[in-house]
Amino acid sequence: MRVVIEKREAISRSARLLVPIISFVFALIFGAILLLASGVNPLVTYAAMARGALGGRHALGETLVKAIPLMFTGLGVSLAFRMLFWNIGAEGQLAMGGLAATGVALFLAGRLPSWSVLPAVIVAGMVAGAVWGAIPALLRAYLKVNETITTLMMNYIAILWISHLYHGPWRDPGGYGFPGTAQFPPEAWLPRLFDRVHLGILLAVVAAAILWFVIQRTKWGFEIRVTGENPQAARYAGIDIARNIVLVMLLSGALCGLAGACEVSGVMRRLQQGLTVGYGYTAIIVAWMGQLNPLGVLLVAFLLAVILVGGDQIQLAMGLPAAMAFVLQGALLFPMLGGALFTEYRLRIVRTGARVTAVTTSSAVEEAE
Amino acid sequence: MSETSTRQPVLRMVGITKRFPGVLANDHVTLDLYEGEVLALLGENGAGKSTLMNVLCGLYRPDEGAIYVDGRPIEIRSPRDAYDLGIGMVHQNFMLVETMTVAENVVLGLRGLPFRPDFSDVSEGLRDISARYGLEVDPDAYIWQLSVGEQQRVEILKLLYRGADILILDEPTAVLTPQEVDDLVRVLRRMVAEGKSIVFITHKMNEVMVFSDRVTVLRQGRVTATLPTSGTSPQELARLMVGREVLFRLEKEPCRPGPPVLEVEGLEALNDKNLPALRGVSLTLRAGEIVGIAGVAGNGQRELAEVVTGLRTAVAGEVRVNETCVTNCSPLEMIRVGVSHVPEDRVGVGLVGSMAVSDNLALKGYRGPELSRGPVLLPSAVQRFAHDLIESFDIATPGPETRVKFLSGGNLQKTILARELTACGGLLVAVHPTRGLDVGATEAVRKLLLEQRNQGNAVLLISEDLEELMAVSDRIAVMFEGQIVDVVPAADADVAALGLMMAGGRPEPGGVAQ
Repeated sequence: MRVVIEKREAISRSARLLVPIISFVFALIFGAILLLASGVNPLVTYAAMARGALGGRHALGETLVKAIPLMFTGLGVSLAFRMLFWNIGAEGQLAMGGLAATGVALFLAGRLPSWSVLPAVIVAGMVAGAVWGAIPALLRAYLKVNETITTLMMNYIAILWISHLYHGPWRDPGGYGFPGTAQFPPEAWLPRLFDRVHLGILLAVVAAAILWFVIQRTKWGFEIRVTGENPQAARYAGIDIARNIVLVMLLSGALCGLAGACEVSGVMRRLQQGLTVGYGYTAIIVAWMGQLNPLGVLLVAFLLAVILVGGDQIQLAMGLPAAMAFVLQGALLFPMLGGALFTEYRLRIVRTGARVTAVTTSSAVEEAE
Repeated sequence: MSETSTRQPVLRMVGITKRFPGVLANDHVTLDLYEGEVLALLGENGAGKSTLMNVLCGLYRPDEGAIYVDGRPIEIRSPRDAYDLGIGMVHQNFMLVETMTVAENVVLGLRGLPFRPDFSDVSEGLRDISARYGLEVDPDAYIWQLSVGEQQRVEILKLLYRGADILILDEPTAVLTPQEVDDLVRVLRRMVAEGKSIVFITHKMNEVMVFSDRVTVLRQGRVTATLPTSGTSPQELARLMVGREVLFRLEKEPCRPGPPVLEVEGLEALNDKNLPALRGVSLTLRAGEIVGIAGVAGNGQRELAEVVTGLRTAVAGEVRVNETCVTNCSPLEMIRVGVSHVPEDRVGVGLVGSMAVSDNLALKGYRGPELSRGPVLLPSAVQRFAHDLIESFDIATPGPETRVKFLSGGNLQKTILARELTACGGLLVAVHPTRGLDVGATEAVRKLLLEQRNQGNAVLLISEDLEELMAVSDRIAVMFEGQIVDVVPAADADVAALGLMMAGGRPEPGGVAQ
């Protein structure tokens, strides 16, 4: 008996659905082994995680608050990945979105009619993210500069830039030296639905729906799909790849910028430490696990938020060290990412007959001499 | 010719059956290969030739049947097992790493190598093998520097270096120029003389006659005959292969050329290595005529097609389509002025394998008002459009939503033709449109090209198949080293004169060539 991995002839709908579920079960088992090894009852821990992330209004609210930026950045990254543009820069685009939104909220709010402040804050965040995303896109499209490097490097610029601002020039003079800007005026606050859950959740759902329509039902979306699947065929069919790279990154960056704008105006109501905590990187996992499908991205973003929030909660509830929470988060992610393999491949058990006993040539190198 | 009756075969495949979902690819196939012979495996596309050989080299496992090497029953579970048994295959698409040298490619994947292999030893060994079999390749050259024919030699070298005694060549001539085919015949003869055994997969009857000692014919997964080559004829083989008499002659209406559609003047362009590929090409195509471009591969034909379709920039000269100057316009602008293109590389350029047949059929028409409104695609219109084309071009597919990569070679080409011909606005550039297709599909493609011409479109046909050029074209232009040597009416052309010009000679009126 032997187990072989072979490519599925067709990817069935049920495999698409079942594989993530089975992967999740395996993830739980894998995590349980780790927990047992460190002398903790896994069932109690998982229960604490579930309670911490989903048990009650407040817990669910915190999970959704974490899910929102993952949704926006996941959508943005998945759009770029569709076109084989490796946007590792969601974190930086999110930071720039936060920066521009903060700029408008702090310095322009007084000069704008109050009804227009919030839209201006949101739009400023999107534009800044779009511009930050378009720079590496232009470099790649017209000068063939590798975007994985540029998008990553531009993260550091953006993150350090906002850090400089809230530590220095933009620091709240009345903030007792705490690194952060003054609180935004109320007209720049993104309305909250309940607890800290803000309007961003609805914006994310709408964005996902629009994105799905754009990709599946428009000429431009068709061009993106063709380019992603076979760039040579795209060029042959007369598709302007360079132009589309720039357009895709404007939209991808705008979505990431929107994440940043929602964070500062909906959650923190100021720019401070804690804006760039890695949503833009987690977004890469979200995009792949969501199979670059906007609706899949929403689901996976929520699931990851559950793991993140639940993991944080067990530190408090179970008195586990923070490192254990991180290990568990990783342990849960690993089988889920690995499991994705089985949407494309399957295991097959084959009977083995007599082994090959024929010619065992001495090293071919010797033989040729 | 080998004495096959008394000896034990080096390889025996008995009752091999392989099923895929919905397809019986091999149905109790039995095949014998003797030492020192070339066995041709003949069959149309989809007859099960490649499946059978993939079973032999460990890529597929048979559902039933047994394999014997030197009379011993064996099981081949992986390509590595096949290697260990001395079985090696040269696939249609080569398995070479472009950025590595010949020697590096040869040792790639070998077991028991030192951490830093001594490549000068490898090169030395390769030079010996090259000399022994007449396989000329520089072991230290990089793969990207080599022509397709040379790359094939590397693949063969790789097998010989690893000590393969049974070599499987999957349609090896499909990528070769006529000259390279002659070289290959010589190499195979040398290998056979040295005791190697060769399975030669093909669907061309004339190749069976030239290359093989014996031939096994497959049709729809079954063996229809195994014959000594000397005792058969192309006609008999064709009948065994397709099960019906094949038309080798095309009905052709007289050519009625109209106004010029494509005018090329003094065109110069570089190839991928930035070397001059076109060196002052001038050519005129008129409406309602087919101009064939003959030439040994690598003499600028591909670059000419690419410049005319907007995929490559010209460094000098002018291209006019329907009297509009379109030199160095984008592919989209070329499509808009009415240039259709059947590219050389069907799967790599002409189609998006992972997308549906309907999407592939709409690959150019999606911009038009039939399939879209404003920025929005109309899925039902796309489906209807696809249905119509599938029907009128007789594309064998389970449905328009099937991913195009699951279609056979002939149907891939029909999909491209369906799209390009319906959108054709005056000029069709067809590059090797029948290469690798079986008899039935080849005939269908040639008929479609003639139909285009009869409808008043101009067709630029690039092909290495001289018979095809002479059967289909109205005029034949011969290219050599980036220039057009001469343009002759197809009716007056003969193979000898064309061959001479393809080698750079120019037949003089007095019969003296230089």
